Formats: sequence, structure tokens, C-alpha cells
Amino acid sequence: MTTTTAQKTTAELAAEYGLKPDEYQVILDRLGREPNYVELGVFSVMWSEHCSYKSSRMHLRKFPVTGERVICGPGENAGVIDIGDGPDGQKLACIFKMESHNHPSYIEPFQGAATGVGGIMRDVFTMGARPVALLNALRFGEPSHQKTKRIVEGVVAGIGGYGNCVGVPTVAGETNFHSGYNGNCLVNAMCVGLADADKIFYSAAPEPGLPVVYFGSKTGRDGIHGATMSSAEFSEDSEEKRPTVQVGDPFAEKLLIEATLELMASGAVAAIQDMGAAGLTSSSVEMAGKGGLGITLDLDKVPQREENMSAYEMMLSESQERMLAILKPGREEDGYRIFKKWGLDAAVIGETNTSGHIVLTHKGEVVCDLPLGPLSDDAPLYDRPWVEPDMEAPLGSAPSAPVGDALLAILASPDMASKRWLWEQYDRHVMADTLADSATGSDAGMVRVHGTRKALAVTSDVTPRYVKANPYEGGKQAVAEAWRNLTAVGADPIAITDNLNFGNPERPKIMGQIVRAIDGMAEACRELNFPVVSGNVSLYNETNGVAIPPTPTVGAVGLLEDYDLRAGFHTLKTGHVLILIGETAGELGSSIYLREVHGIEAGAPPKVDLATEKLNGDFVRGLIQSKTAKAVHDLSDGGLLPAAFDMASASKVGIELRNTTGLEDFVFAFAEDQARYLIAVDGASAHLVLAKAAEAGVVAATIGVAGGTDLSLTGAMSLSLEQLRTANERWLPEYMA
Amino acid sequence: MKATVHIFLKAGVLDVQGKAVEGALNGLGPVQGWGGVSNVRVGKVLEFDLTSTDKSAAEAEVKAMCDKLLANTVIESYRIEVA
Amino acid sequence: MKAAVLVFPGSNCDRDCKVAVETTTGAQVEMVWHEETSLPSNLDLIVVPGGFSYGDYLRCGAMASLSPVMAEVVKAANAGVSVLGICNGFQILCESGLLPGALLRNSGLKYVCKPIELTIENRKTRFTSAYGEQQTVWMTQGNGDGNFFAEPDVLKTIEDNGQVVFRYVENPNGSANNIAGIVNSAGNVLGMMPHPDRAFEPALGSADGAPLFHSLMKVLQAA
Repeated sequence: MTTTTAQKTTAELAAEYGLKPDEYQVILDRLGREPNYVELGVFSVMWSEHCSYKSSRMHLRKFPVTGERVICGPGENAGVIDIGDGPDGQKLACIFKMESHNHPSYIEPFQGAATGVGGIMRDVFTMGARPVALLNALRFGEPSHQKTKRIVEGVVAGIGGYGNCVGVPTVAGETNFHSGYNGNCLVNAMCVGLADADKIFYSAAPEPGLPVVYFGSKTGRDGIHGATMSSAEFSEDSEEKRPTVQVGDPFAEKLLIEATLELMASGAVAAIQDMGAAGLTSSSVEMAGKGGLGITLDLDKVPQREENMSAYEMMLSESQERMLAILKPGREEDGYRIFKKWGLDAAVIGETNTSGHIVLTHKGEVVCDLPLGPLSDDAPLYDRPWVEPDMEAPLGSAPSAPVGDALLAILASPDMASKRWLWEQYDRHVMADTLADSATGSDAGMVRVHGTRKALAVTSDVTPRYVKANPYEGGKQAVAEAWRNLTAVGADPIAITDNLNFGNPERPKIMGQIVRAIDGMAEACRELNFPVVSGNVSLYNETNGVAIPPTPTVGAVGLLEDYDLRAGFHTLKTGHVLILIGETAGELGSSIYLREVHGIEAGAPPKVDLATEKLNGDFVRGLIQSKTAKAVHDLSDGGLLPAAFDMASASKVGIELRNTTGLEDFVFAFAEDQARYLIAVDGASAHLVLAKAAEAGVVAATIGVAGGTDLSLTGAMSLSLEQLRTANERWLPEYMA
Repeated sequence: MKATVHIFLKAGVLDVQGKAVEGALNGLGPVQGWGGVSNVRVGKVLEFDLTSTDKSAAEAEVKAMCDKLLANTVIESYRIEVA
Repeated sequence: MKAAVLVFPGSNCDRDCKVAVETTTGAQVEMVWHEETSLPSNLDLIVVPGGFSYGDYLRCGAMASLSPVMAEVVKAANAGVSVLGICNGFQILCESGLLPGALLRNSGLKYVCKPIELTIENRKTRFTSAYGEQQTVWMTQGNGDGNFFAEPDVLKTIEDNGQVVFRYVENPNGSANNIAGIVNSAGNVLGMMPHPDRAFEPALGSADGAPLFHSLMKVLQAA
């Protein structure tokens, strides 16, 4: 780009950079003059949907964001929760967040996904935490779509290539395929870190006169206008946007983590912020703005990778693996020593002051002078018009099918098939604290809190077909399922991060999906005492006017005080009695069964009764903590029979089930009623468990026994585990071959 | 002077990437209008500048670099161009 | 026992190795930065950890093998100190010439992370004596370049000398003769792709890595 600061800006130019005419007018009013080109660039990124949450902000306020374990809720780089005492008596905190990298991953799958992982890790270690676990929630187009395979290949390689090299285990995730994502894949990456609760770092500049230090990789022309791109709809020519995709360097990230944590431990850091979307612009604006101060930056001092970079390019660059820190007075030498040790570029590029402005100089010229207030506080806030979204009517009667054939079809379907091909490309064991990962047979990933008896349980959940069929119930379900998955491993669910992926919010029906999904999620968070501590919103996931299925992904963290009291579904043994916790009314609306066996995508999704959810979950967690439950699996996609297959297959022992309800066998087998768990107990304790359940008001029934090498439902089907496993394992490797 | 170093796996070493590329090329051949590809080898090329102005001295320098770091002579062979 | 774990830029199993050695042997473990030109005195064990030293750029282990500390490791190895290279550490030991052969790209062209079963081929080494009668072990493995290669004559020598210590039951990466780990001819330097440092207690899914460290203790106690 050869544009100079002198170039005149107009509403048309502003529109090219994603600012609406009324937004441009606000800028003119606030400044009392036309912004120059650099200033317009700064406004365009700070006021993008990605940075300002202008369409969602007023609805996000509905989320509960406080709780007895919440140390820091939304608004910082990531959320912080209290996880109790550490081995030396220090207070421990867990810091986590999930973020999307959807648009970059569609355009350049490998680099898009890789930099998504890098970005979310920086959000976590910027606050003083060492990353200890990664998760990813992936949604791809239908397998037959021409682009899907290439995107899967690139995204998976990108996630693995980055996380493996940095050395953080990828322990859990989810993967769906649906035609609704043909034009927009979703790549939501979550990072979980551990820190000392009294050594958490924030971004607000504390006082004037402090040095602003840039460190990490040099700045190049990568990703210019990535933040505005991720806030725009795709059209068919989006492929041409490729040059704006940034390139990740996981080796640099590893060095950056070590240098950042060492710098923090040295006591030199007053405030710190990573350079994520909109790089230098958002980090400097946020640090000065949150501190109620001003900032000057001398762009000539910015470490540059390419020649003749303009001020505009430097401010908008999204080069990866860069940090901005404000050091305590006189601590520059500590910084330089550490940066040199880790081989990182670094420079003091500016200073904090009391001006309330961001002032940038380049080649002896002031190229930007903006009051910070309008940039962040006065960012547009829209109460976008919305209407009740389209919803599925309750399902009448569901068509039947032979249970064994249906199970084989379900287990071999893209959504339900084993994702071994993916997760075997992820290092799940580095750091030597992984207790459960994608291979284990566990509803949540688990990592030990290093040096303690504690463990963190982590999961990522949402069922987009439910949210599409009923955004409110689907929103509730996403939160409830995450809570259930943490419960099923024996953890106390603590808090969530949300990653809201939707279409164009300027369309009232899409806005309706956003509003109603948030309503449902917020209600579930309140009822389950499961606050939101961080989050990310990705809108405009549309191509040629077709929006993705609404996908509000929930990333959740739970705590086990003693990891010996954990559960999985790989621990079933011959002779164990199987008990179904929760009521089966026969909900088949928007079920996997209907979609995969009959090709029907219809019907209201299962209702989520949050009181029952809590009652049943607390009961199951108690059984795990008392070591009564020997194996536990929550019931979700596909219902009982696929869950029983998971348990039998992971444990390498058969299960014989019987239908104890008055429902038809296929309904009993595949209904997706919520708040249910399949648990295994010793034969001798089964009657006691049932008695305790009755006492607690929990619906429970003995439905089978473990043994043999087959999975059967008496009178309906019996198939060897081997045959079922083959069906389940075959699809993805064959598809990717 | 400008040095260019080409590094390939030695002839006896199975080049798994080369094999995959060969398979892809021959697989796509009928559609794309090419074919008969064999012996694909995937290697790497390094280019760098040297302060040395003497060609043979530069060649010796680059050869040392290859033997010491750039190539693993257990599995790789290299070819040097200095100009 | 006194042990050191090397740290290169990009090492990511350095802490894992320290914890594994400390937990299994009670040894005192020092972390040694790659720029050091001397090693702590009286070491019994040097661990070259896994990870992506220098990003695995150029060639896995190549740049690390030329670091100042590696010159000292070569000297120590030649003086008989036990050296254990795991994953990237194995690659570094091959690149440095302490072990024969090299590690190529996995035959499937992908990074593979999975628990893997190994046969113990030589239970007389200082790294395996504590395995007793145990025939196979489970450890996890995670790498993109674990495909062991050596010229036929070198391979024959390794086999004839009993230098193959661990072999894969099911070959995950195309490794020659299913080789997962080898020792040098003197028997004091072991390189292996699977991770004993991720399999040293039951909570991690396997404790089969622990006897490897116990073996080293046994050697010391006998001396």
C-alpha cells in the first residue's frame, strides 16, 4: 500500500474498510475534523464487530459473570477463576478463553487454524498463566462438498503443527460436518492456563511516564485488516483476500511464552497485552484507554521485517507472536536481558502519559492523534432489530427402523464416527499431566494441576442442530451439556467461556437467533451456577446470504480436588450393572437418529429442565466421589445406544441392555432426552444406588449388565463390538485418504 | 557472492514425501493431462549471500556448512552453486 | 544420583524429564541451558529432552546438535556418563554422531501421537536391567519424524551388537526393523522415540517408563 497520511478520507473510503456511513459521521463529529488515513484505519479496526462487539454487547450483559470462584470476568484477555491452594500454600488460578478463527481458516486452513491456536494461547499467557491444555471445536461443510476435505486436512495440520511445537497438550474437542458450514467453516480454539492467583497481569497502564516495550517477532505486512475481514460476509471473490492471512511461527510462540513468564517473574511488568487482532492498534489503545492515560508511540522504533512500511501498515499489521508491555520504571535492562536470552526482538517504542490521546509519530511526522475515549468507550453500540427466529414445531411420531441397522448407520455417520484420524495428529500428553484426552474414553479432558492432587476438567460443547431448531432451548442445552460432561468425570463445574458464531446480525432473524440463544445460555448459567468469565463473538458467518447454523460454542472448566476420584467410560468390567439416570420420555426431534437414519432434520429439540439437570448431575457426581460409580458416560448425540457403544468399546467388554420403558425399542435406543447418564456399578451396590436415587428424587433404573463381546438390546439387536467398532472407526480415515 | 545449496535425500533413502507427491501426480494425471511420473524426490533449496569474493574459498566454506549443519550426510546429499 | 536435563530453545519436555527422573529416582536434577560450555560436575545421567529444538526448522535436532552444551555432552558420553535422548533428544543424539543412523519423516507423513507397545530387546543394558522378566511395555509416542533409518551395514552392526533396545510391536512410522530405541556400542547412550517421561506413574496411563530410570539407579547402587 502506498497511501500516505495526507490522503483524504471519505465516507466511501470508510465504507471500504467496513465502517458504515453513520459510523463515519460519528467519527467526524467526535473529532471535529476528517480523520487522516492512518486514523481511519485505527477507527475501522477498533470499531469492527470483532473488537467492539457492537451488535452483541448489549445482549452479552445478560450473562452472569460473577461467582464465588470468579477472580476476573469478561473484559480482559481471558477469564480467571480461583481453584484453591497450591502445593506451597499459594493461591492458584485457572485462566481460560475460547476464540474463533473462522474466516482466516476458510481462506487458508493451515495458517488460519495455526494462528488461531497461537492467538488464544497468547490471550492466556498474557495474563500470567502457563498454558496447560488446548481444545478445539471444529465445524466443517458436508463431506461431499468440494472444499471440505482440503479444509479438514489444513485445519487439523495447522492445529497440530502449532500446539505440538509449542508443547501444550490438545486434550479435547468436537468436530461436526454439515452443509450449513459449506461456505464458512468454524474453528474455535480454547486455551486453559495455570497461574498464581496473586500474580495475574492486566492490560491497564497504571501510571504515566512508563516505557512501552515491544517484543517478539518483527512486524511485517501480514493480515492487514484481518479484524475487519472477520467482521464481513464472504462473497465468492473472498479467495482473493488470501494475502491478508497471517503466518504463524510456533517456535517463536514457545520462546515468547518463556520470555513473557520470565519477564513477569522478574517483577518488571506493570501491564501487558498481546498483539492480536488489529495488532499494535488495539493493544496500545486498550492499555492506555483502560488505564485512563495517554500513549505516544514512535513507529520508527518498531522492529520491522519488511522495508518501507507505512505507519498505516504497522498499526494494522497482524503479524503473529508479538507482545506489548509497560515496564516498571528503570526495568528496561531486565527486559533486554530476558529478550536476548530467548532470541526475541525488542524495543522501547513509546511512553505512557496523561494526555488521554494516542499519538503516533513516523519519520518525524505526527501521523495519528486521536482521543482514546471515542475509540473504545464511544464505539458504536447497536440494539439491532430482531424478530423471533424460525423454530421447529414439535415432532409428531417418528418413523421406526431396525435398531441394529440404525446403530451401524449412526456410528458410521460423519458426526458420530471416531475422530481418531484428527486427534492422533495432536500431542495430547506433553507436560506429563494428562489424565484423560480424546483417546481415553472420557466425557471431558483432564489435566493435573501440576504438583497437586487437583485436576482441571475441560470440555467444549454445543449442538448446532438444536440451536437452529430452537435457539433458546439450544442455548440452554449447550451450557447444560458442558456442565454434564464435567459432572460425568467427577468434576465440579466452575465457569465457562462462550464463543458465539452466527450469521449476519443486520438480518432480524439472525439477530433473533443471537438474542434467544444468549437468553437460553444465560438462564442455564444462572440456574447451574456456571458463570461466563470470557468469550468471543464471531458474526457475519455467511456466504452469498446463507448463514451458518447458529453455533454458540461453550468451553467449560471444572475442578477435581482429588484426581483419584475421577471417572471415565473406559473402566467398565464384566459383571458391572448398568443404571440409567434420568427420565426417557422419548425425545426424537432434531435427533441424530432422524437425520442419519431417515434424512429428516426436523422437530423441536429436547427440552432442558435445568432443575432436573442439576439434581441428576449432583447425584451422579456424588456417586463418583464416593467411588460407587465405576464408569460414567453422559447421554447426548444419538442417545442411549451410541453411549453404551462408547462405554463398551472403550472398556473392551460387551453390554446387554433391556428396554425397561413402555417406549418402542428404537425410541428407547436413540431418544435424546437431556439430563441423563449411563453409569456402571458393582452388582452388589445396584439396589442401594436405586434406593438413594429414589430418596433424592432422581429417576433411575437398572437397564443392563456388562459382559461378553457384543452390544445388545434384548429383543431388538445384538452386534459384536468388533463390527460396531469397525463401522465407527472406518469413515474418517477412508474419507481423508 | 551468492550461494545456492540443493539438498536431497540420498538415492537409497526412501523419500516418503516424494512417494506421496508421485502418487498424487500420477493419480491426477488422467484428469489434468499429464502422466508417467517416476522418481519424484522432495528436497530443499537454500540461498544466501557470502562476504567472500573468492569463488573457490566460498565453495569450501559452503561445503563445510553443508557437512556440519545444512545436510545430514547419513541420509542427505547436497549440491552447491556459488556465483 | 545426579542428573542434568538440557534445555534448548524450543525444548518442551524438559520439565517432564526433570519430574520423571525426580519422581522415579529421587535424584537431584539440574536444568542446563544450551549455551553452557560446561556441565555440572559428577553427573550420572544427562537427559536430552523432547520438543522442537529450534522449531525443528532445517532438520529435526540439527541445530541443537551444534550447540555449545552438546560438545560437552559428547565429551561426557565418551567418558562413560549415561545419556538418554527422548524423541527430539534421540534426533539430536543421532545428529551429533553419538548414535548411529537418522530419523526420517514418518511414513504416513503425519505427526502421530498414541500409546504404543514396545518389546524390550536387550534387558542387559544399564537402561533396562530393572525390567526383569517384563517382555513388553506401553509408552506414549508423539512425533512427526520417528522413522529410524541406517545404511544396511550399519543396521546389521546395530542388530548384531544387541544395540536395539526397544522395538515396536506395531510399526507406527516405517522405522527400519521396527526400531524404537537404540544404544551406542558402549551401551551408555540411549536414544528412543517413545516417552518414558510421560509414562512414569499409573495416573498417566502407564508406569512402564519408571523401570528405565530405576535401572540407572540399580547400576549406581551396584557400583
